Amino acid sequence: MKFLDVVQFAAGSLQGSRTRTLLMILAMSIGVAAVVVLTALGEGARRYVINQFSSLGTNLVLVFPGRTETAGIGPGMLLGQIPRELSLDDAEALLRSRSVGRIAPLTVGSSQISKDAKNREVIVLGSTADLMAVRHMTLGRGRFLPPGDVHASESVCVLGAKINSELFGKESGVGAWVRLGDRRFRVIGIMSSQGESMGFNTDEIVIVPVASAHMLFNTSGLFRILVEAKNRDSIEQARKDTETILFARHNGEKDVTVVTQDAVLATFDRILRALTLAVGGIAAISLAVAGILIMNVMLIAVSQRVQEIGLLKALGAPAAKIRTLFFTEAVLLSGIGSITGLVIGEAGVLVIARLYPSLPVAAPWWAVLAAVATSLGTGILFSVWPARRAAQLDPVTALAGR
Amino acid sequence: MIQLSEVSRSFLVGGQTVSALRNIDLSIAAGDYVSIMGPSGSGKSTLLNLIGLLDRPSSGSYKLDGGNVTALNDEQQARVRSEKIGFVFQSFHLVPRLSAAMNIELPLILAGIPVDERRRRVAQLLENYGLTERADHRPDQLSGGQRQRVAIARATSMHPSVLLADEPTGNLDQATGREVINLLEQLTEQQVTLILVTHDPVIGGRAKRQLHMVDGQIINELGSRRSLPPKGVVEGGNDGQ
Repeated sequence: MKFLDVVQFAAGSLQGSRTRTLLMILAMSIGVAAVVVLTALGEGARRYVINQFSSLGTNLVLVFPGRTETAGIGPGMLLGQIPRELSLDDAEALLRSRSVGRIAPLTVGSSQISKDAKNREVIVLGSTADLMAVRHMTLGRGRFLPPGDVHASESVCVLGAKINSELFGKESGVGAWVRLGDRRFRVIGIMSSQGESMGFNTDEIVIVPVASAHMLFNTSGLFRILVEAKNRDSIEQARKDTETILFARHNGEKDVTVVTQDAVLATFDRILRALTLAVGGIAAISLAVAGILIMNVMLIAVSQRVQEIGLLKALGAPAAKIRTLFFTEAVLLSGIGSITGLVIGEAGVLVIARLYPSLPVAAPWWAVLAAVATSLGTGILFSVWPARRAAQLDPVTALAGR
Repeated sequence: MIQLSEVSRSFLVGGQTVSALRNIDLSIAAGDYVSIMGPSGSGKSTLLNLIGLLDRPSSGSYKLDGGNVTALNDEQQARVRSEKIGFVFQSFHLVPRLSAAMNIELPLILAGIPVDERRRRVAQLLENYGLTERADHRPDQLSGGQRQRVAIARATSMHPSVLLADEPTGNLDQATGREVINLLEQLTEQQVTLILVTHDPVIGGRAKRQLHMVDGQIINELGSRRSLPPKGVVEGGNDGQ
């Protein structure tokens, strides 16, 4: 029996039982497509976060006041203490380290911005001239905060693109005066539109010199200090220097948290990889369900064809040939099912990529491989195994359909 | 040339051994026309299946054209079936999804005959059996007589030397049955050995050799060239009616 005949015969028997064939292809393609789409989403989320992080800047070391990063009840609070503030002098002192290139102190608050009759609530970011370079921001018009003494509280501000368009429409607000809280600021620049980044929409903020922000909010502490190491290799040294300098300045008290951006990134990477795996696990369940469906239909299909197997034996086909026929049939069926599933899955991924262009969705190769292997495996196993048993029956029994 | 000597076949049914065939000695010459008759359970189908290598004897030896075929393995037996033996069944056993032409072609495909040769032989067989018009019909679109003609065409497609028919008229009315028997008898003129299992004494009576079986033994033979010593009780083979 020639190879082409085998394939033709197998394809013929697939066409012969259309419902079964379509059912199998459906089950397999749903399983495979589910794995592809779901893991693509998980992977997309992971890449999204990583992209967001790298867009924040490179070679960064982050300094937070207090030993706990997020709000909540730290041990100090129970004793009536609050963490010692990070001061502007702390930030400036960090420049003494040879590993540190630039720093950008950050103060955040929210305030009312108004221009004539228009006003709205905005997030006000107090920082220095280096912020733009450290955070990889781009300026649309005018200029950024002036370099120089960080303690100088000049009344100038840089508007986010959206704030500008809300206050000044299509025109540029550079040169105009706006009111922030109870102070007047002169607009010296407008950021270019960048969209959301880490939940911080840079289009909807106003940046002022850090000293001005302190006066505006009547504080002296810093929310963060962004420290940029000179290069990739000096990140770790920069972190150590930062800790040494700050602990020394705080009388040996370890009341600041210093982390590298890489560490944060690694944590997020781990979390999101776990998420992808969890989502992949859910998809694997759907694949397993599909596998069981495939198994059932295949077992029934083969048991219905025991007579045919008997006939083939009577007509002079040895058991090995019957196994080959069923194997070919299973490979064809599972192959078509898997390919259909891959096509549907990738189409789904394309649609998601269209709908959410910022989400870099793509199914990881291991998920695609596992999905295809599982559906091929179950399909082939559960058609070849019963067919193999049927081929071992003696032809009389098989012909009688017993 | 078929030679069975001391062939027995027993089955294990519910823990008990049931003998379907007991010490059968039988020799059938090439081109013979033999009918096997007997009541249900007398072992006629088992004998036919043994001759057709669909079953193996529990003891004894079976020589086909001088070679001992009981000793062959599955693959070798399959080749013997493919090359020397054709089957016609009571329930036709056509593959329902295949057309008449494809059913006839099936043994040729399994034997790996080249496409051109296959086409030629199938066309010839369709013509011989008056099925040319029906070549593309599936079995469920054919009448009983047509189905059995397809089955006979399929059985002869590999030019077998032995044709085994198990109740070939069992599912047909009398007129079509007679037509099918005529077709089978025509084959004996081409030196094909025809062995026919039947209940019907009218059909069985047309054979040159008529074997009667009871309880797994051949009890009497009519029209034989060589008499076999009858074993067991001698009775008339008038049964199955």
